[in-house]
Amino acid sequence: MLKSLTALGSDAATTLNIGDYRITERFDVALASLACRRGRRAEVTRIANSTKLPLAEPNETSAGPIYGSFWIAPEHWMIEADFASHESIATELKALFGDTASITEQTDAWVRFDVAGPLPQRLFEKLCNVDLAGVNTGYASRTVIEHIGCYLIKRSSPEITVYGPRSSAKSLLHAIETAAHSL
Amino acid sequence: MSGKNRISGGQIDRSQTLKFQFDGQDFTGHPGDTLASALLANGVRLMGRSFKYHRPRGALSAGSEEPNALVELRTGARLEPNTRATVAELFDGLEANSQNRWPSLSFDALAINDRLSNFFAAGFYYKTFMWPKAFWEKIYEPLIRRAAGLGSLSRLDDPDHYDKGFVHCDLLIIGAGPAGLMAALTAGRSGVRVILADEDFRFGGRLNAETFEVGGMPGADWASTVVAELASLPNVRLMLRTTVIGAFDHGIYSAVERVSDHLPEPLPGKPRQTLWRIYSRRAILAGGATERPIAFENNDRPGIMLAASLRAYANRWGVAVGDKIAVFTNNSDGLRTAQDLKARGVNVVAVIDSRDGAEVIDTSGRLGLTSITVRQASGKTETIEATALGVSGGWNPNINITSHHRSKPEWNDSVAAFVPGLGGPLQLVASGAAAGEFSTHGALQSGRACALDALNLLGVHAKAFELPKADDSPFSLQPLWHVQFGKGRAWIDFQNDVTVKDIKLAHQENFSSVEHLKRYTTLGMATDQGKTGNVIGLAIMAELTGKTIPETGSTIYRPPYTPVAMGALAGRSRGKEFKPFRLTPSHTWAEQQGAIFVEVGMWLRTQWLPRAGETHWRQSVDREVLATRKSVGICDVTTLGKIDIQGTDAGVFLDKIYANTFSTLAIGKCRYGLMLREDGIVFDDGTTARLGQHEYVMTTTTANAVTVFRHLEFARQCLYPDLDVQLISTTEAWAQYSVAGPNARNLLTKIVDQDISDAAFPYMGAGNITVCGGLRARLFRISFSGELAYEIAVPTRYGDALIRKLVDVGQEFDAVVYGTETLGVLRIEKGHVAGNELNGQSTALNMGLGKMVSKKKDAFGMVLSQREGLNDPHGYRLVGVKPVNQSQALTAGSHFLEIGAAPLAANDGGWLTSMVYSPHVGSHISLGYLKEGDKKIGKRMRVVNFLNKTDVLVEIVSPHFFDSEGVRLRG
Repeated sequence: MLKSLTALGSDAATTLNIGDYRITERFDVALASLACRRGRRAEVTRIANSTKLPLAEPNETSAGPIYGSFWIAPEHWMIEADFASHESIATELKALFGDTASITEQTDAWVRFDVAGPLPQRLFEKLCNVDLAGVNTGYASRTVIEHIGCYLIKRSSPEITVYGPRSSAKSLLHAIETAAHSL
Repeated sequence: MSGKNRISGGQIDRSQTLKFQFDGQDFTGHPGDTLASALLANGVRLMGRSFKYHRPRGALSAGSEEPNALVELRTGARLEPNTRATVAELFDGLEANSQNRWPSLSFDALAINDRLSNFFAAGFYYKTFMWPKAFWEKIYEPLIRRAAGLGSLSRLDDPDHYDKGFVHCDLLIIGAGPAGLMAALTAGRSGVRVILADEDFRFGGRLNAETFEVGGMPGADWASTVVAELASLPNVRLMLRTTVIGAFDHGIYSAVERVSDHLPEPLPGKPRQTLWRIYSRRAILAGGATERPIAFENNDRPGIMLAASLRAYANRWGVAVGDKIAVFTNNSDGLRTAQDLKARGVNVVAVIDSRDGAEVIDTSGRLGLTSITVRQASGKTETIEATALGVSGGWNPNINITSHHRSKPEWNDSVAAFVPGLGGPLQLVASGAAAGEFSTHGALQSGRACALDALNLLGVHAKAFELPKADDSPFSLQPLWHVQFGKGRAWIDFQNDVTVKDIKLAHQENFSSVEHLKRYTTLGMATDQGKTGNVIGLAIMAELTGKTIPETGSTIYRPPYTPVAMGALAGRSRGKEFKPFRLTPSHTWAEQQGAIFVEVGMWLRTQWLPRAGETHWRQSVDREVLATRKSVGICDVTTLGKIDIQGTDAGVFLDKIYANTFSTLAIGKCRYGLMLREDGIVFDDGTTARLGQHEYVMTTTTANAVTVFRHLEFARQCLYPDLDVQLISTTEAWAQYSVAGPNARNLLTKIVDQDISDAAFPYMGAGNITVCGGLRARLFRISFSGELAYEIAVPTRYGDALIRKLVDVGQEFDAVVYGTETLGVLRIEKGHVAGNELNGQSTALNMGLGKMVSKKKDAFGMVLSQREGLNDPHGYRLVGVKPVNQSQALTAGSHFLEIGAAPLAANDGGWLTSMVYSPHVGSHISLGYLKEGDKKIGKRMRVVNFLNKTDVLVEIVSPHFFDSEGVRLRG
């Protein structure tokens, strides 16, 4: 088998501590997009409920025992799961949802950084225009950081997840690092 | 104690001494000083030279409106010209220099301009440089440009960083004087999110410069108490040293925070300044007011300043600007200066109140004020020795930001000033002095009222709490814009050397509209934007025209409120941080091989991979091309856009998107597709594979990956919302490599787990496979090189390992890895169109792909592609071109000409689009668009390039230089 590398080109995920902030690259998450086929929302919801896959409301994220999700467009979600046990997440979801939804593997399309620290909005206000202080835990939004299209998720008050395109992983980390240093 | 003019009191920290230099001379000051206050404390009144006449100038003000005391701060790469000494916070080791003078500030050779002032009146440039016409470009303009500007640039890269940021609030309060503080307190206590921004390095506004009490304590102490409470409220954000510079749409304001300007250099990692974008639901402008002078003869000498500034230097900074001080005022506020100075034991030699009929009519003192000439109401004149003169002509509310949406200011007779007019930013109201409310009590009351109104509009019902007791003296003013007595020059706009005479001249020459007046005289231009001079200029024009000031009108203000460093606007977008990079999966491997990279959009792609001994890029590229044609080459094509298209109507959708048909494509096959724009011009090309009944994967060109996706989303959401189609980009999800050449299959067989023989995986086959013992992968048998070729994809995390594996197993076949240069050679040899041909002007017919546009179905661009002009039988057709003399090079962009034809546009036959050296053909080859090109195969023509001065005899050939029958790629 071929050896896998993180988006930053290392064998293992990178963690940085800058001031009060901890930036952690997550290499242990499987992703797939799930989009309802036209007119199949009710069936998708029923299947999701039966498999305890919570389909998040618009601008939100929702965690379940195996799968989590965040909303990315009308009737369209990104599904998260543990990579070690769900590397074939797309195949799994296709089996579950059949022809009610379009499933696309997205695991390696993204790099994920979790940023933890006091008042993370102070760091992210240097990066994007999302009002993290003004939204509740569970908020998820598309945004742009230094020209890079990203998803931003407020997991808890001190922890924020950023998903950015994998090919820009180094540039995105550089932007987050720079913002952390500037505080 | 630092300086001979230092008096007791003030808000400076006398326990610490700061050393600084001005024009190489050592001085000391204290924390809390500005450069101007420290210089004045040391007896330095002369701080600069005026722009046009090089007149000696000192500080006119104590704030951001300063037109005179512009200096260069710091040295070396951090040198910053045109900085206002009145707002430059003093720090230990500060080096400042005067500017716009030579050889020294006290003796400036260009002061000769002052003697020649009669020649430099308003409109001087327009009248003088009209003739001879030829002199303008070569002589006048270079000379004017050399003379223009005040300070100098270091011409070194700024070593500091500048940040940008985004903040949100319910209520933005601009200015932290009595009105702003009261508004912040009212709103802060209610729990809404408040931002209080002030340009100063100390909150309090005028309360720091006055002596009267608020709530039974000195105003500055009351301000400190309020700030302490605000700082304790988690919903309030205090932004010190932050100037709100502009109002934009939807409650958005921009602000510059001077994070490190008060330090010798920024702390590690910290920015010098931050440009904030503030998102607010409501905003209150509490920016105070700016005092204006009175114009009288020689009113610009160092030592003559605004009366309230003279008082501020005494009260806030403990500085008596002179040992003999006079005050000239037309209003009640001016008298406060005399009262405060006297209370501090300063020698006040005269108070000239124009309301009593007395006026200052002249002054003297070459480098600083020595005396004033006063004309009493009786007509008697006397000369009074004075080293400082405070002048007060009234106050102008700081309404600039209310004009940023083109609202015209309104004249208010009771304060003889412009106040905010209608039509300003919807969510913004002015409060306190900015609204024309000049008493402290009035400002407090106004701040509270505005905050309550804003809260009400935000749906918050807050309780009005009691106002602290404060001065409520009425403001009394009798307008006096300029002293009529005297024939000398009386300055209005100090920065641009605009005098009363210039206004009169503008009127005389019929430039009496305010917009013409501004441009003809330069009134209100430059760094201070006329904060002190504009209204006087308008008032004088009103006198001359016999109109009222409101009838005369006013120019309006644009952002920024005060000058902004270019660095703050650029932010982090400098050098390599100008944009992010996208790295391909093979990037690390390629870097290790010494690859040369090229920027393709944000991608960094391998351009070629030099080997030991290769000294020219052509050697590397020729080797890569020949090796690929001979055996096998590998290229990272991850950058091509990949779009996953699913849904029961995916095939129907693709039929609408592509000019050719895809709904009939068999599962496990792919097809070359051509996409048109609505206007019938070719938009993009690529292949789309069908992986399942309702599942396709589209590839796009690298350049159009985003635009094609956007196009598809537009079509899906807006044009065909009833179709069952779902889209998502998978460009980043898969690492994809092209493997091309006669041994491509042999190489891939080493790693692919399934049978990929021609029978099992024929030309244009596509499907899911596994590699290296079970890793999921995709394989597409497509070729843009004319060779037997595949594209193989694995999840991106395995991309680095796959390139290493391909190279490893490829050793047996002498495989090469090639870059974009070789990619270009291979596709041009095969006659495939790419970016140079997909130029946004060309049709499928032009490209020789007209048959791909299906007439059997409706699709994007179908109707407009039928236009007569796009179907001209004499129009451009794609051709191949090679030089008759093989040693001659071709140049892309050269134009076709018939042999013997004159090189005129009328004879233009078309142009060369792409050009490479083909080691296979043994010469340069090119693709090009040639009129009736399909009928000219075999013909000889010239290709002419005026820029490169080339004129080459060429032969027109088929665009397929290599394997035109397509035997190899089907092999």
